[in-house]
Amino acid sequence: MSIEEIIKEVNSIFIDVLDNDEIVVQHETISDEIEEWDSLNHIQLVVAIEKHFKIRFTAAEIVNFNNVGEMCVAIKIKIAS
Amino acid sequence: MLSFNQLKRNLKKDFNTFKKIRVSILAEDSSQLLVQAIKGYGFELGYNIEINECGYNEVNLQVFEPNSQLHSFPSDFVVIVPSTQKLLKKFYSRSHAERITFADGHLLYIESLTQTLDERSDAKIIFCNFLEINDGVFGNYSSKVEASFLFQLRKINFELMRLAQKTPNVFINDLLSLQIQFGTPFIIDNKFYVNSDITFSIDFLPHVAKNLLDVVKSVDGKIKKCLILDLDNTLWGGVIGDDGVEGIQIGDLGVGKAFTELQLWAKQLKERGIILAVCSKNTDDIAKEPFNIHPDMILKLDDIAVFVANWENKVDNIKHIQSVLNIGFDSMVFVDDNPFERNLVAENIEGITVPDMPEDPADYLSFLRSLNLFETASFTEGDSVRTNQYQDEAKRIVYRKHFANEGEYLSGLTMVAKIEGFNKFNIPRISQLTQRSNQFNLRAKRYTEKEIEKFSNSEKHVCLLFALNDKFGDHGLIAVVIGELKSSNELFIDTWLMSCRVLKRGMEGFVLNRIVGRAKQLCCKKVIGEYIPTSKNNIVANHYKDLGFEKAGEYWELDVESFEEHKMYIDKE
Repeated sequence: MSIEEIIKEVNSIFIDVLDNDEIVVQHETISDEIEEWDSLNHIQLVVAIEKHFKIRFTAAEIVNFNNVGEMCVAIKIKIAS
Repeated sequence: MLSFNQLKRNLKKDFNTFKKIRVSILAEDSSQLLVQAIKGYGFELGYNIEINECGYNEVNLQVFEPNSQLHSFPSDFVVIVPSTQKLLKKFYSRSHAERITFADGHLLYIESLTQTLDERSDAKIIFCNFLEINDGVFGNYSSKVEASFLFQLRKINFELMRLAQKTPNVFINDLLSLQIQFGTPFIIDNKFYVNSDITFSIDFLPHVAKNLLDVVKSVDGKIKKCLILDLDNTLWGGVIGDDGVEGIQIGDLGVGKAFTELQLWAKQLKERGIILAVCSKNTDDIAKEPFNIHPDMILKLDDIAVFVANWENKVDNIKHIQSVLNIGFDSMVFVDDNPFERNLVAENIEGITVPDMPEDPADYLSFLRSLNLFETASFTEGDSVRTNQYQDEAKRIVYRKHFANEGEYLSGLTMVAKIEGFNKFNIPRISQLTQRSNQFNLRAKRYTEKEIEKFSNSEKHVCLLFALNDKFGDHGLIAVVIGELKSSNELFIDTWLMSCRVLKRGMEGFVLNRIVGRAKQLCCKKVIGEYIPTSKNNIVANHYKDLGFEKAGEYWELDVESFEEHKMYIDKE
C-alpha cells in the first residue's frame, strides 16, 4: 500500500472518529490544524488506526509523531513487516 | 455492546427530556474518557447524567475537605474509581512487616472515605473494586505468602464486599468480574496508561459505563422482575411434540447439559425472587409433560408462575402473562431460540428485553450471564416466595368468575390486613418497595434503608406498613405510607405506594381510613396528598380525587373532621 493510499484511509478514520465530514488530512497536517484533534481524541484515533490496519503502535511512537505523514510512514513499515 | 465512538456521538444528542441524575466521579487515574462513556451510555437508558468530575487523583482532598468540589455538588451518586497500579506503588513502599497488615490498613482508609461521604450527604456511594494485577514477584507462591501483593489485593477486594454488606449506602461496581470476563489485555492498553495515566482501554470503557449504570438503574428502580421462557430448544433440546418426553435433550442425553445448566440458573433466579413464566407454541398437556414426569427436569410446574402453551401468537400470550402479573413490560425478559419469535415480540411489545440468543445452545448460559440482566439494589428473604403469590393470584382470577358482583367476591375472599410501624426487620423491604414500585406510587420517591430508618425514628413522620392475606394466600407487605407533619396542622402524604396485586380490593380506602385515623390522633385538620406524574404511575392519576380529596392548586386536600370512613371488606388483625 502506498503512503497516499494510507493517508486516504487514515483520512476516513479521522472523519469517523472526530465526527466531522470536512476534515482533510495531508502529509504535513499537524494536530493544531484540526480543532477536534486534542489529546483525548488522539487516543481514540490511535486505537481506530491500530484496528483498521491490524497493527500496534508503541507508547513512544504515539507521542513522537510530528504530523500525519510520519504516522503513515510508521503504518506502512508495520504493515510490511 | 456499543462502541466508545457511538457513545461519544450520543453526547451531541438531546438529553433534555430525560431524568437528570447527578454523579460525582472521584478517580485515581485520568477519568476524562470514562466520563464521556458514562454520559453517552446514559443516553441509551434515558438518563441525563450530569457529571461532576472531581479533579484527578484527589480522592482524599475531595472527600475530607468540607468545601471541596465534591461537597459543593448535590450528587445522587458518588463513584470512586481506585487504581491498582497506585495501590501497588504504595504497597512496595512498605516494609515486609508492614505488608502483612497492608489490606487491613487500606480497608480502614476506604471505610473512613465511605463514612465521611455517608455523613456529609445522602448520595449513594459506588466503589469500583480493584482490577487484579499479579505482580509476578512470587508467582503461584503468592498464595502461600501473606506479605505478597496478590494476597493483600485479593483480601481488599474480598473485604470490600463485606464493607458493602454492612453499609447500605455503599454499592460495588464489580470491575473484577468484567476483568475475568474480558481478560487483562482487552481492558488495559499499556501505552495509554504509560503516556496518559488512562487505565481502561477504549474498547473496555463502554462495559465499565454499562456496569456502573446497571447499579444506578437498579437503585432507581429499573429492574427486571420476570423471565419468560420458551420451551423447545430453549429449556430442552428438541421438540417435545415430535421427539416425545423420552427424546428431548436434557440431563445426559445429547447436548442436554447445556439445557440442564440453563434450568439450574433459572431456578436460582426464581429463588432470588424473579418470576418465571413459560410462553411456548405447543399443546398445553404435551408441554407440561416433561415438567411432570421427566426425571432430569430441574424446573417443575410450581416454579412457573404463569404457564402459557397454545398456538396463539406470542405477542398476545406475553400480553396475557403481563396482565396476570401486573408488572411493566420493561421489567420482563423473553428468552427464545427462534429469531422470528424474538423479532415479533421485540417489535410489538415496547420495553420488553429480548436477548439476541447465540446459535449454539452451549453458549446460551454464558451469554445470558454476561448481559447482567437481573441486577438488583436489594435482596430480602421474602423475595423468594413471590412465585407462590403470583400463582395464588392466577387462582383468584379464576375464583372471581363465580361471582356476579364485586362486593360478594370481596367478602368471599376473607381478607385480613395487618398494620405495623417500621422496624429493623421490615426496613430493608420497605426501602426495596420504594425502589421497585412504579405504578401505584403517588410521588415515586426512592429511599435507601438509611433514609427509611430516619423516618422511623422521626417524631415528624407517620410511618404505616400494611400486610394482607386472604383465603388463597399471603400477599405479604403490600402498602407503605409515610406522612410528614407540617407545622400548620396538616399531614402531608410524602409516600403512598401499594402493590398492584391488591388493586380493586378496597385496600385504598382501608389505608386512607388509617391515615385519617392517625391524622386525628395527631390533631391534624387536613390530610394533603400530591400526585407527581412519572412515565409509569398514570394508574393513580385520579387516586386522591376518587378517594374524595379536593383539588387545591398542585395538591389534594382532605378535611379530617368531615371524613367518612370507607366501607370495607377487609378485617383488621
